[in-house]
Amino acid sequence: MSNSVLYDVPGPKARRRSFIISIIGGVVIAAGVAWLIAGLAAPRVSVNGAVSPSLLDPSRWDIFTDVQLWLGVGDGVLATLRMAAVAAVLALTLGVLFCFGRTSDTKWIRIPTSVLLEFFRGIPVLLLMLFTLLVFSTGAYWAGVIGLGIYNGAIIGEALRAGVKSLPKGQRESGLAIGLTPVQTRLKIEFPQAFRQMLPIIIAQLVVLLKDTSLAYVIAYPELLRRVMTYLSNYYGNNYQFSLFVIVLAIYLAMNLSLSWLARVVARRTAGGAKGKRGRKDEPVIDMAKLPDAGMGGGVGPL
Amino acid sequence: MDAIIENLPTFLSGFGKTLGLLGLSGSLALVLGVVVAAMRISPVGSLRGFAAFYTEIVRNTPLTLVLFFCAVVLPYLGVRLDYFVFAVAGLTVYTSPFFAEAIRSGVNGVPIGQAEAARSLGFGFGQTLRLIVLPQAIRMVVPPLINVFIALTKNTSVAGGFFVIELFASASVVINVRGDEVIAILLAVAAFYLVVTIPLGLIAGQVEKRVAILR
Repeated sequence: MSNSVLYDVPGPKARRRSFIISIIGGVVIAAGVAWLIAGLAAPRVSVNGAVSPSLLDPSRWDIFTDVQLWLGVGDGVLATLRMAAVAAVLALTLGVLFCFGRTSDTKWIRIPTSVLLEFFRGIPVLLLMLFTLLVFSTGAYWAGVIGLGIYNGAIIGEALRAGVKSLPKGQRESGLAIGLTPVQTRLKIEFPQAFRQMLPIIIAQLVVLLKDTSLAYVIAYPELLRRVMTYLSNYYGNNYQFSLFVIVLAIYLAMNLSLSWLARVVARRTAGGAKGKRGRKDEPVIDMAKLPDAGMGGGVGPL
Repeated sequence: MDAIIENLPTFLSGFGKTLGLLGLSGSLALVLGVVVAAMRISPVGSLRGFAAFYTEIVRNTPLTLVLFFCAVVLPYLGVRLDYFVFAVAGLTVYTSPFFAEAIRSGVNGVPIGQAEAARSLGFGFGQTLRLIVLPQAIRMVVPPLINVFIALTKNTSVAGGFFVIELFASASVVINVRGDEVIAILLAVAAFYLVVTIPLGLIAGQVEKRVAILR
């Protein structure tokens, strides 16, 4: 934050002061963490007075050496990834279709598509999943895939539309001038450029999609969370609930942080390349900052 | 259609719960978000690091996990509260980093030259902030903040999976009784959500158009 607008580059006195506050702040935060750990390490007394071992007690963590546990967790990860992958393909396909429909020259296509898009973007993903599950009786897996696919497809479609709109007019005109049909122009000239420009947003949206697969927990699809917290927790017993939750959390963080990191790398690359300003570090930051709810899931979309 | 009219009280109470979740967790998350954003743009290193850590971790945790933690793991750890309170807490924690990021991007989006110009005119820190930086930052921040509110509206539906009978859960409740009118019921519930999200979206668009600064 060296170039924050709020304060100058600090001088020696301010630096010393901020160093002292830094230490105090650090101590306060460390004390909070220590308090938390102490709370977890204390033996648990339940309502009827029975004492059970603390949450950090080895008896709660010995399942980690069990291969069976990791196989179960692996199943959950696979189920989550399978849903995310299929939903991502569906979302990209639908995104292209939505973009076509939304920018169609025929108003009989354009207006219904726009209404449908507003509808899909305005309601919770969970409701879309429930709708698919109950109306088309698809089973939980496809309900999740279709719900996520439609919702994220709508957002990707809007992103693509913005990308197409931001292209120089000559791109389309030149395509038409050399005899390509409007559809060919869109597919061969405009989409490739729009995709490239919008890639960071699209990847960010795919991170959201991966995160949102956990919503399928609510419609009883055995993805990572349900697999571990219901099946494995029943198998190993109540004592391990906290430990199992920690595993799920760690896996989700690992998956999402690495994907977010990838999104950031791509953003930096494309922002540098597309505008010929390689080396300007603040470019992708501003791009991503424009979508503060990117990653929020159920967000209104980046645009 | 009669399934909706008969069960209108259920839907309305669910809608009330949804609005309650939205209002409470929205305002609490806004406060928490301002605090986190302030920490993140402060000159103090440890606060900045902590805020960045908090933001990264919470942003990359699925909402389902956060609410699961609040509604299932916390009671297991001995915290006894109403599920509505758990849901508000979970949604607040989950939403706060998004508010913080929106605010931070707004404040950092004000060109440094503005503050420099103010300082070169002899404005003090308070004056710079009050007269130059904040008026510009706020108008850049409002539309993204509204977007976060819209997302939060839709996210409240997840609380329906964790023992809070809000709009989404009230749909499931009614469908259990009236399985013959699934489509009508779901469309009615969708309409309730749209009543909140679409106007908010229009407001965000209007604000964005009206206060946009041409640079």
